[in-house]
Amino acid sequence: MSMSSTTNSATTAPLDVTALRDQLHHLAQREGIRRWDLGASRSSSASVQVDRGEAKQMKASQRSSITVRVWNDAGLVGITSTSDLSDSGLERALTGARDASQFGNAAETPGFSPLAKAPLPDLDRPLQSEQGIQTLLTTLKGAEASLLNRHQAIETIPYNGLSEGSNERIYLNSEGALRQVQRSQASLYLYARAEEAGRKPRSGGAVRIALGSAGLDVQGCIDEAAERTISHLNYQPIESGHYLVCFTPEAFLDLLGAFSSLVNARAVLDGVSLSQADAIGSQVAVPFFSLHDNGLHPAHVSASPFDGEGTPTQRLCLIRNGALESFLHSEATARHFGVDPTGHAGLGAKVSVGPDWFEVSTSEGTSSGTTHLDHATTEETFVLIEGLSALHAGVKASQGSFSLPFDGWLVRGGEKISVEAATVAGDIRQVLNGIVHLEADGKVTHQGVSPHVWVDGLSVTGEA
Amino acid sequence: MLASHSAEHRDQGFDPALSPWQRRLENLLGEGTRAGADLVEVFLERTDHMGVLAEQDLITSVSPAFGMGAGIRVFNGTRDGFVSTNDLSDAGLLQALDQALAMLNLQRSSASSHGRFEGLKPLRDFGAGKHDWLSQSPDLASSTAQLLRGTKLLEQHGAHLEVRRGSYSRDWQEVLVAASDGTFARDIRLHQSSGLSVLAADGQHRASIGRRYGSTDRPLDLREWDVDASAAEVCASAATMLYADYVDSGQMPVVMANRFGGVIFHEACGHLLETTQVERGTTPFAEKVDEIIAHPAVTAIDEGHSAGAFGSIAMDDEGMESQRTVLIENGVLKRFLSDRAGEMRTGHARTGSGRRQNHGFAAASRMRNTYIAAGPHDPADLIGSIDNGLYCKSMGGGSVGATGQFNFSVEEGYLIENGRLGKPVKGATLIGEAKDVMPRISMCANDLDLAAGYCGSVSGSIFVTVGQPHIKVDSITVGGR
Repeated sequence: MSMSSTTNSATTAPLDVTALRDQLHHLAQREGIRRWDLGASRSSSASVQVDRGEAKQMKASQRSSITVRVWNDAGLVGITSTSDLSDSGLERALTGARDASQFGNAAETPGFSPLAKAPLPDLDRPLQSEQGIQTLLTTLKGAEASLLNRHQAIETIPYNGLSEGSNERIYLNSEGALRQVQRSQASLYLYARAEEAGRKPRSGGAVRIALGSAGLDVQGCIDEAAERTISHLNYQPIESGHYLVCFTPEAFLDLLGAFSSLVNARAVLDGVSLSQADAIGSQVAVPFFSLHDNGLHPAHVSASPFDGEGTPTQRLCLIRNGALESFLHSEATARHFGVDPTGHAGLGAKVSVGPDWFEVSTSEGTSSGTTHLDHATTEETFVLIEGLSALHAGVKASQGSFSLPFDGWLVRGGEKISVEAATVAGDIRQVLNGIVHLEADGKVTHQGVSPHVWVDGLSVTGEA
Repeated sequence: MLASHSAEHRDQGFDPALSPWQRRLENLLGEGTRAGADLVEVFLERTDHMGVLAEQDLITSVSPAFGMGAGIRVFNGTRDGFVSTNDLSDAGLLQALDQALAMLNLQRSSASSHGRFEGLKPLRDFGAGKHDWLSQSPDLASSTAQLLRGTKLLEQHGAHLEVRRGSYSRDWQEVLVAASDGTFARDIRLHQSSGLSVLAADGQHRASIGRRYGSTDRPLDLREWDVDASAAEVCASAATMLYADYVDSGQMPVVMANRFGGVIFHEACGHLLETTQVERGTTPFAEKVDEIIAHPAVTAIDEGHSAGAFGSIAMDDEGMESQRTVLIENGVLKRFLSDRAGEMRTGHARTGSGRRQNHGFAAASRMRNTYIAAGPHDPADLIGSIDNGLYCKSMGGGSVGATGQFNFSVEEGYLIENGRLGKPVKGATLIGEAKDVMPRISMCANDLDLAAGYCGSVSGSIFVTVGQPHIKVDSITVGGR
């Protein structure tokens, strides 16, 4: 088959997807398999890390994988994945999927997306040339040196990395659907550690993502990492209590992402969402809060025009005026709810569903009524949460509760004092219904778009 | 051409007696050293995975996967370049080697010598006698049947259960490691993990509880799993936590139960004793060998030997036989966990701790089975010594940050009042710094036990064991509502 060669360059010719489809047709026919689909990906990447002016590690990879689904004569689905892209590997995957289909779930069998052959949205994501690993190394060394020179307390940049690469995804099915997309992407992260005599070490960092390494905002990343690190040097413990809290866009998007099961139809049907199947139309947040999922946003570098089932990506309103308007769907969940799939599916025997790119905004024609709140100018005492940690451990999505360590400041009379080790705890329903203000300007982050979000009465635990 | 090569060698596996891998690897290593590399290492793997999920009384997902790949690492001085690939043809491996060499400004020459490479030593075959492990492990019919039995038992033991889940994963791996210092070693590994979880709900009260069990190199493990006892334990915990109040935050003494309670040492201290942290300058213990860093009650060990334990390995992913490493003895720091690069860059001798998730990662110093050793006390003595505090019976996950600050969640907790267990509480998070907390572990009980877990770090997600007896921490920050 045609997927055996490897690639180093974003300019590599795309996979011969028609040859792959023909190969699958041939193998499937030989095995008596009439209904199948396939998702495949191929990627190449190079990355560097540095340590005090020296290359710490340089890495590159070429990876390929395929996932094959097969429907057996009883209509049940089986699946097999492999990185063995030889002819025999593909054959083994097909027969393995057929064998697994004997254990398919008769109560919920996925099908082909009715939109798998629908027109795809135009996404302007031109492939960028790669600069090569030695250029990456030179750039990262320079960034590290620049950041180290920003403050005498910054001793090391223990977590850093600069990478570039390309990837390709395809989706095929036995009814003629054929999707293919190529992407290039680069990322830079700088995470500094600073320590002053007699005080605890502090850290801060920043991330940048772009279509290619030449387009990365390296200076912006250095500036942000320096500002975040230095601003935490002067810290104090905070007294435990309930505070007016302002989440930065990054922190709020992190929190929202951890509770995305609220709007996930798969989680709803599985009974692990806080939302019930009949929740559409119910009030889940304050009326001036709206939430969209927009995988087509121009700033979404890794945007794909289709999901794992070949369904086109779209901008979808999830919460409007505080009311739940739609769930995220796969083909199977959409069929259950009697709607169209939304372009948020993976590929599996049980198909996963997940968000793409959240946009948080003030509902049109509404206001919070507390427009005096502004994280840069407000005189009231509040806690400004810059970043949340350990979301994998501190979030109980099915219960709605969270208890999370955070980096941030206690802001009193406009003066910002960095908070020593502390946690913020609450319930996502309490947060969404306790929002007192969304600032006017949405900030584009690498996870989505959100303004600063103000919530009153959250519990903060400190060491004072 | 990849297709023909891959098919040919996959069927034969990596057993050098049955395949041409020794010759191919020697050629590759020779090419690398002739180009000027100080050391070249090749890691080959074949994998076979099976994942099964049961929900309520149905099998809802069966997800087999198989694959193969190589990771090639080239050292020049203390610098290294690493390339991973799925392409195991001669051309594919040479392309990966060329990439790794180019990272260090080296390139292959046309000279005919093998540089400093003197050939591979005789194979150390840790995989001998393990060839039938994959065929001995449960097939789909028996694994699905066992999980369905588990979800049925959850229904029998539990109340108010909205979701009942059972899961099983089996990861088989054959690895072959060859390096230009002559290292040549092979192993076959079998990791199995099974678990039960429930979501209980009654009005506004909700509790999600899960337990996971794991083993290494025990093909019959799933069949021998006491699924009834596991179901009863999960349901008892869910019933307790369903109506539990949220814990009040504050500073307080804490008793942490044995088994998965050991995550506190893993996160708070274990990661800081890996040479990767020494290299980064992110451990406060870098210059503390032979100094007191913990309470004298604390002795801590990391080893790869415990029979069947999830973190046990016959050899590490750099071909070195696993060891038993005493990290802390009576509060005194004795050793760091070190891999090949760690030894080169920090001087700490290798401990058989070079581990990686798969061929896509370079090995790094990582934990195996890590635990605090048993002490002299009865567990009740620890609780009896506290007037007001928290008993952490079951822990969730945790993490440690760049400044050594750790955190982890408490899944099942109880207040301690006047030396006795009080009402159950939920929503607690423990946070602190290792160098502050380690001296506060003042009592260790006599009931050491281990628990399986997954650890994610620089070289990916790996199978580990955490463990401890019941321990008492004199004071720690408890985050709550």
